Amino acid sequence: MPEKTLPHETTVPEAVSTAMKSGAGKPRSLGQDAWRELRGSWLFWSSGVLLVLFIVMAAFPTLFTGVDPRQADLRGHYLAPPNWSHFFEADWFGYNGQGQSVYARTVHGARASIIVGVCVTLAVTVIGGLVGMLAGYFGGWVDALLSRLTDIFFGIPLLLGALTLLQAFTHRTAWTVSLGLATFGWMQIARVMRGAVITQKQADFVTAARALGAGTGRILFRHILPNVIGPVIVVATIALGGYISTEATLSYLGIGLQDPVVSWGVDISAAQSQLRDAPHVLLVPASFLSLTVLAFILLGDAVRDALDPKLR
Amino acid sequence: MGRFVARRLLQMIPVFIGTTLLIFLMVYSLPGDPIKSLFGPKAADPATVARLRHEYGLDKPLLEQYWNYISGLFQGDFGQSFTGRPVADLMSEAFPVTIRLALLAFGFEVIVGIALGVLTGMRRGKFLDQFVLVLTLIVISIPVFVIGYVTQFLLGLKWKVITPTVQDSENLGQLMIPAIVLAALSLAYVIRLTRTTVGENLRADYIRTAVAKGLPRKRVVGVHLMRNSLIPVVTFLGTDLGLLMGGAIVTEGIFNIQGVGFTLFKAIQTSEGPTVVGIVTVLVLVYLLTSLLVDLLYAVLDPRIRYA
Amino acid sequence: MTTMEKTANVPEPRAADGDGTPLLQVRDLHVEFHTRDGVAKAVNGVNYSVNAGETLAVLGESGSGKSVTAQAIMGILDMPPGRIPQGEILFRGQDMLKMSAEERRKLRGSKIAMIFQDALSSLNPVLSVGYQLGEMYRVHQGLSKKEAKAKAVELMDRVRIPAAKERVDDYPHQFSGGMRQRIMIAMALALEPDLIIADEPTTALDVTVQAQVMDLLAELQREYNMGLILITHDLGVVADVADKIAVMYAGRIVETAPVDELYQRPAHPYTRGLLDSIPRLDQKGQELYAIKGLPPNLLNIPSGCAFNPRCPKAQDICRTETPALAPVTERDGAPLAGRGSACHFWKETIHG
Repeated sequence: MPEKTLPHETTVPEAVSTAMKSGAGKPRSLGQDAWRELRGSWLFWSSGVLLVLFIVMAAFPTLFTGVDPRQADLRGHYLAPPNWSHFFEADWFGYNGQGQSVYARTVHGARASIIVGVCVTLAVTVIGGLVGMLAGYFGGWVDALLSRLTDIFFGIPLLLGALTLLQAFTHRTAWTVSLGLATFGWMQIARVMRGAVITQKQADFVTAARALGAGTGRILFRHILPNVIGPVIVVATIALGGYISTEATLSYLGIGLQDPVVSWGVDISAAQSQLRDAPHVLLVPASFLSLTVLAFILLGDAVRDALDPKLR
Repeated sequence: MGRFVARRLLQMIPVFIGTTLLIFLMVYSLPGDPIKSLFGPKAADPATVARLRHEYGLDKPLLEQYWNYISGLFQGDFGQSFTGRPVADLMSEAFPVTIRLALLAFGFEVIVGIALGVLTGMRRGKFLDQFVLVLTLIVISIPVFVIGYVTQFLLGLKWKVITPTVQDSENLGQLMIPAIVLAALSLAYVIRLTRTTVGENLRADYIRTAVAKGLPRKRVVGVHLMRNSLIPVVTFLGTDLGLLMGGAIVTEGIFNIQGVGFTLFKAIQTSEGPTVVGIVTVLVLVYLLTSLLVDLLYAVLDPRIRYA
Repeated sequence: MTTMEKTANVPEPRAADGDGTPLLQVRDLHVEFHTRDGVAKAVNGVNYSVNAGETLAVLGESGSGKSVTAQAIMGILDMPPGRIPQGEILFRGQDMLKMSAEERRKLRGSKIAMIFQDALSSLNPVLSVGYQLGEMYRVHQGLSKKEAKAKAVELMDRVRIPAAKERVDDYPHQFSGGMRQRIMIAMALALEPDLIIADEPTTALDVTVQAQVMDLLAELQREYNMGLILITHDLGVVADVADKIAVMYAGRIVETAPVDELYQRPAHPYTRGLLDSIPRLDQKGQELYAIKGLPPNLLNIPSGCAFNPRCPKAQDICRTETPALAPVTERDGAPLAGRGSACHFWKETIHG
């Protein structure tokens, strides 16, 4: 008897979940599924709201406070404690060792951190993405060369490399700090990208595209990139939080941003000696910093969970 | 297997040369004159500067300086710091301290990290899982120096449970809290990674087979689940051991531990080129060796790699 | 559910051996999965039975509930999200759903074993095949590591893996697909169980290897006089080895019959559709028949007969009343042993 095969059945949940999507209902794409999943995730919404808040704060700090973050009144306000009920006022979070409003400084400090975080992330995604894609797609000596290059940079931890590079600059801005972090931060994306491209390269649709005569550029950017960008975005989003945290660490070590730039790292660094007398001067910017980092990590987590049908 | 090791060893050579050269270039070719900074804000006597330059070989072309440095390395000579002490001496004081600290932190990471990771991975969605997950997120979000300061403030200054700074770096009890602070971030990652791999492997087909074979739950988990789940965790832990030593800059600074991070940070601030290069070279070596070990371990644990 | 009581009327094809109870009997089994999108009803009142030495083929599309039923029998469903709201699974007359977890574990592997579809992912990639085979003896019979390994070599010989002694320490990825499936079969056979459930054992294999593996399975089944539940979507495989067939659709059995009769005279439009969609040499040049439409959505199974939206013969009654699995008879009312059909118009289908 000649054989007749029906669409084959795999493990239960898969077969059942396929059957749940078939029939009358419209089939859903992975992207639509991910969005459905995200819409129902409170983690996604809470991190999203936090991020929007911080980004607005970075872009338009004067919406939140009219107080000048650099205006100091040492005699009147030296380390004055917070007035928790004075919402959005200069003394809401008390004053620092210079007699400056901690609230105003924290609001204005958002900009530097977010600029550094976003710049570094964009830079590492582009550099790492390109290196990984070329290494993964071409293989052979290109891969050997680029992989050793990646290994070389991997040998130097992010903080250590950035420290060594940045100490050469006497005048450091958000741009120089971003440069320092990006130089030693792109390797992880490169590895993720390389692995993903190698997997995708062998996929049938790539072979099909090649058989139809698509050029290298077209295959890479039209066929492979859309399929590997998901995990890269997830890694990058989570890393963004890490860069903000590392920027603050650099400032704390005195090798990051400097006064007169208002930044959370600078303020935390300045506050350490007064931790005993006025913990709020350190804890307020530290909390804002941590919340921002947390929001990026949660967002990345939520997107990953939504993109990964295996974990559903 | 032998070929695998040989290939990995060969690959290490260009990486070692590349990484040390990179550090060398950053320290010596970027703006900021180490000799001038020796004199501080005072104007330096040009003749003295030239003599010192010559003494430290800084007047030679950069690549020649690098060559001299590397050939010195093979005789155990890390060069001299600008204060006149051999860098090897400085390091032999600092490394044992950091190794103790890093090993303590590593032990903490392995034991607590894997235990909590397995526990939460098997109980996904339960209270303990959610609780630990939130805790790891908090730890990941707060920069290490803030964790360090708050710990020091609360335990050392407010409640006086520990001495705020480490007085005796040979006293493991005193190193305990700094080690936990140092391990905190990696610990959070180990927990999350273990949780994920355990959770994923629990759904694997071969686990279903193991259950269908009528194996007791203990055996399904202990033999079939663990072995597979721990492979990526071992990889992470291996590379992390090297990073812990280099990452001790902040922790050692806060608790005043005279280890590698502390010495390195001081050297960077004072543009002590030879010390920076020397310490980073050793750290790179440690990193390369640990990643080689990880690869070998990986091959031992996963037959698919071994026979690839 | 009215379906159930009626099914009991369907005569067994072969007298049950010994005390009269079949080896395995599934009665009115329901399985549902609670998901975010709703409750997916994967199995909706399945009845079937298998005797020693008998092969039951369960035929159906993806999502028809054939694998879920098997996993419920094995007790390897993930619960939650799975749930068994009602039904019985009797093994030698004892309801396994009422047994303790430990009692069920002891049955698994030793009395009832399962062969999975994808041997590569179903075998542990980091343990040698010898270890995985030997584990059966170590756990269930308490043999030592060394004895278990010797038994593993014996087993590999039984399923005709060449150079078993040398290959016992190899890992699953070092074997070919056919050899891996032989290892899966060896693992299921290890303790000479009374019943083997094979879930699409040859789907992942090359056509040439499929026949070899199927023959081996059938041969060993005869030798040990085991009951075999063969889950498949491949009508070709079924014809050669099965004694009787149960066709499943949307979690129900829509037709049961001895194997030859089903091919000659299907009594359900779905079965007929399946048979008609087999390419045939004598109909060269004609367009190949295909059942219209898609399998039903398990979250929202059509009312009445679940097949009605795709059925060429559907009438109004098919949309309102769920047909029970009724005994199928000859035109003159003479009973046909072992035949049943869940179609309002089975008479027209078989005799029309």
